[in-house]
Amino acid sequence: MTVSQLQRDRLAYKRSRTRRSTAVALLSTVVFAVVAWFAVTSAPGWSTVRSSFLDLDTAVSALPAILDGLWLNLRVLVVCELLILVLGLGIAALRTLRGPVWFPVRALATGYVDLFRGLPLIICLYLVGFGLPGLRLSGVPNDPVLLGGIALVLIYSAYVAEVFRAGIDSVHPSQRAAARSIGLTHAQTMRIVVVPQAVRRVLPPLLNDFVALQKDCGLISVLGAVDAVRAAQIATARFYDFTPYVVAGLLFVLLAVPCARLADAAGRRLARREGSG
Amino acid sequence: MSEQVLQVRGLVKDYGERRVLDGVDVAVGEHEIVVLIGASGSGKSTLLRCVNLLEEIDDGQILLDGQDVSDPRVDPDLARRRMGVVFQSYNLFPHLSVLDNVTLAPRVVHGLGRAEAEERGRALLARVGLADRAGSYPDRLSGGQQQRVAIVRALAYEPRLLLLDEITSALDPELVGEVLALVRELAEQGTTILMATHEMGFARQVADRVCFLDGGVLVESGPPERVLVDPEHDRTWQFLRRVIQAGRL
Ligand SMILES: Nc1ncnc2c1ncn2[C@@H]1O[C@H](COP(=O)(O)OP(=O)(O)OP(=O)(O)O)[C@@H](O)[C@H]1O
Ligand SMILES: [Mg+2]
Repeated sequence: MTVSQLQRDRLAYKRSRTRRSTAVALLSTVVFAVVAWFAVTSAPGWSTVRSSFLDLDTAVSALPAILDGLWLNLRVLVVCELLILVLGLGIAALRTLRGPVWFPVRALATGYVDLFRGLPLIICLYLVGFGLPGLRLSGVPNDPVLLGGIALVLIYSAYVAEVFRAGIDSVHPSQRAAARSIGLTHAQTMRIVVVPQAVRRVLPPLLNDFVALQKDCGLISVLGAVDAVRAAQIATARFYDFTPYVVAGLLFVLLAVPCARLADAAGRRLARREGSG
Repeated sequence: MSEQVLQVRGLVKDYGERRVLDGVDVAVGEHEIVVLIGASGSGKSTLLRCVNLLEEIDDGQILLDGQDVSDPRVDPDLARRRMGVVFQSYNLFPHLSVLDNVTLAPRVVHGLGRAEAEERGRALLARVGLADRAGSYPDRLSGGQQQRVAIVRALAYEPRLLLLDEITSALDPELVGEVLALVRELAEQGTTILMATHEMGFARQVADRVCFLDGGVLVESGPPERVLVDPEHDRTWQFLRRVIQAGRL
């Protein structure tokens, strides 16, 4: 395969442009970093901040405990997310039921979403975490991790249910008609035709909610669960230094970054598909 | 009369205050092709949707193989399984491959095993010249190819009656031919079809009977060589004249 001189010139020009853009981006980043560095370090309180928030020795000694806590956060995250997805999808599906028989079910699902979408997470955590065990019913758990997880699932499944419902509504009615016309029942239509298309569409917002859940998992510490945040708090008290909080914060950010990138990529892919289709 | 596959008697359909079908009678016999013609908005699509029980009717009866399927005690899902429908805008399932689109109803609704359903699906696709596209997704096919898949999907469970609603009007002119050729072939093989179309030339060649709808009323029906050439009613004449002026006959 031979390429014309014209095309070779074009490619060479494009390559030189790319090199140039890379160099410019690099240079401007370095300049920006240096300026920012000087601005921060020349602030009058810099030396106190550095010793009480960015102390390397404290960071190193606090790290193992914080990592242990983070491992708990991760487990809570995975278990909760699975429950949230199942519950959210179930609630969304219940809200699509038509017909008078289903009125109480629909009303219940709607009420659930209204309640837990409006309730602040921290209040829900307190109510579930301290209220439930306070009932002293037999069989009610009093493990803070479990109770915190329940509160997270309650709140987030209401959000996720709304995301799923938006996705279900966005599938064109003609798809439903086509499915019914070949003889599928309502349930089969939802399961095989509507929900799979809906899930694809709502993947980006779902990933966003996942990122939000990731950091909200740190709130179970208010119930006394020894997670990353609580571990940092303990270390802070021990070393008289806030660095452990910075460490925990950075770890949460690191955890969120891949997921945020995934959400971006999913969004772009969807935009491309919808654009071309 | 019992050899009639479909009998529509005195069908009435209102959208709110508006009467869209007003006492329509249509019958389709075994192996017959009946073509609905009429201006845009005359109620052709509505009639087909009513027959497929996608719409509640306001009066009249719909009999499929002699059974009154408009009776509310009849399960519409069961009745629909005996009919195949193809819409103007194909409505293939975009998240399923061509083969899965075709085999979905036989597998899920009619309980066929996957292997058998796929074998039959591939055979049907081969018949419409799409054997090599079985694994593709619908958005990779041309409009004409998608519409042929939609027809195969409707045929895959061997319905008693095939309902086709202006299946060529969303297609480029050069793709219309391939889809109509497929319908003609189905007709020759004895498929029973009720279809709405604006392709008068095609109606003339293939139809056993043509029904002219105007404002929700069945104005006249009969063999195409009479209704399309020498109609009894003025309204039919006027419609045909407009069609001729538009260059479609
Ligand atoms: N869902 C609906 N709600 C209200 N009115 C409707 C609805 N669907 C159709 N109509 C009206 O019913 C009448 C008949 O529509 P229909 O789609 O059956 O016509 P048609 O003969 O298929 O026309 P075309 O050739 O343009 O497809 C039209 O006047 C239309 O505006
Ligand atoms: Mg129509």
